[in-house]
Amino acid sequence: MRASLIVGGLLSGLALLAALLSYVWTPGDVLQLAVADKLQPPSAGHLLGTDQLGRDMLSMIMVGARTSLAVALVAVGIGMGLGVPLGLLAAARHGGWLDEIIMRGNDLIFAFPSLVIAILITAALGPSATNAIIAIGIFNIPVFARVTRGAALPIWVLDYIRAARVAGKGRARISIQHILPNIANLLIVQGTIQFSMGILAEAGLSYVGLGAQPPTPSWGRMLAEAQTMFAIAPHVAVIPGLAIVITVLGLNLLGDGLRDALDPRLRRSP
Amino acid sequence: MRRYVIRRVLSLGLSLAVASILIFLVVELVPGDPASYMLGTGAQPDTIAALREQMGLDLPLPQRYGNWIAGVLSGDFGHSFTYKTPVAGMIAERMQVSLPLTLMALALAVAIALPIGMFAAARRGGAGDTLVMGATQIGISLPNFWFAMLLVLVFAVNLRWLPAGGFAGWDNPLEALKSLILPAIALALPQGAILARVLRSSLVETLGQDYIRTARAKGLSRAQALSRHALRNALIPVLTIIGMQFSFLLAGAIIIENVFYLPGLGRLIFQAINQRDLIVVQGAVLVLVATVILVTFLVDMGYALIDPRLRK
Repeated sequence: MRASLIVGGLLSGLALLAALLSYVWTPGDVLQLAVADKLQPPSAGHLLGTDQLGRDMLSMIMVGARTSLAVALVAVGIGMGLGVPLGLLAAARHGGWLDEIIMRGNDLIFAFPSLVIAILITAALGPSATNAIIAIGIFNIPVFARVTRGAALPIWVLDYIRAARVAGKGRARISIQHILPNIANLLIVQGTIQFSMGILAEAGLSYVGLGAQPPTPSWGRMLAEAQTMFAIAPHVAVIPGLAIVITVLGLNLLGDGLRDALDPRLRRSP
Repeated sequence: MRRYVIRRVLSLGLSLAVASILIFLVVELVPGDPASYMLGTGAQPDTIAALREQMGLDLPLPQRYGNWIAGVLSGDFGHSFTYKTPVAGMIAERMQVSLPLTLMALALAVAIALPIGMFAAARRGGAGDTLVMGATQIGISLPNFWFAMLLVLVFAVNLRWLPAGGFAGWDNPLEALKSLILPAIALALPQGAILARVLRSSLVETLGQDYIRTARAKGLSRAQALSRHALRNALIPVLTIIGMQFSFLLAGAIIIENVFYLPGLGRLIFQAINQRDLIVVQGAVLVLVATVILVTFLVDMGYALIDPRLRK
């Protein structure tokens, strides 16, 4: 399935390009209100129309991409940064009390409804993009810990690991030098999936007012603001939603494509 | 089996205990004193202090946790700071919306997933498979609250078939069901897409087994082998996902409830957080988490009953 790799790469590349380009150029100013031009449908002057405050939608989408991608990316970073070492540790101490504690802790976090806890966390710390990152990132930790441990365990019993142990290498060094490079592919794929889920989660949190705060544009909040007027001007609701779908779909396809490309053994199993 | 059950029950109790402590501590972190919230900005400090004492907020942390959990265990979740009504009653009332909504969404998700997953698995690698699986990729990528807005635009605003939001209660069951249809569809579609993918891959794996070849050699058609032998065996991972989705939907409806102004459990938590009605937040989140832990436990026990290999 090379197609999913290409399509996924193109779609997620589009979102990344929009975000990066917005730093140097946008068609309009997202902080400039022009109420006289509000809710205009897409036209030559405003390719994606204007919102309820007369801001250029294309510019809003481009700057909003920054928020979505940054929040999701850092949340994945938190999940990987803490989850991977925990997973490696659990695998290295397989069957021991440390393994047991890490895995039971994981199960416990999994049992919490992530959205509710994210709302609780952002309510406790105050709504902001940073706290949205923390709330989403926490739930990425057990995912990466579990994937890492699951992938590392079968490698620990291989002969060359035994050889390394006989040669006197410690568990930590083996984990970093031999286990990690062998499971990197899997972590990249999982990272892509968590990235796309992070974008959905950020959109949801911003939608209920707990993500990035005004005037920073964010896709989720654009949808929340569109809710009262999308019957009159559907484009204000349709366009931010499409931006989310395109980005998430792109990342999902990219993850699928990467998995197939990186590990031929997994081909055909979705 | 007996040892397995005892171990699982012990770990269930431990999980519930740790979960309740975690919830209590996170809620503790929420800034803002409930007593000052209740009395408003003009309140005298000594009035606030008196109310804090009356609410038990002046007690040390472990003692407050003890009081709360002792109450919960006897079915008393305390009284709402804002509405002065018993929290247990509020949760029960909201469950009348959340539970039917969750079950409807789950049933719909399964109804979407079964035919799609079976269709794709039967045509593995073919054009139909690629097309249908591509569609499920889009389904997974949909933010459900956005999909909900589109549904409202089409079926409530333009066609006027169904209400755009609100819930008038179960006194008129038909109207109540009608208010839950669009939210249920919005919740079900992405979940159904996930389920269809899991079912397809599980079926594809099962179809490669020897006993399927035997069944085919006996003269069963592909479709017969699929529905009589493969489907039943492929359902185990699907059931796991359904168990997870039940809890996800029960809590995850929070945003959809916002779109449709439904008085569900998620919305109760959301409103209670904003009003600093912390005792309601604690109780409602505990009910949700306990449900998740219990459902997971029951699913695990069910498997152990069916499949002795899992009792290790």
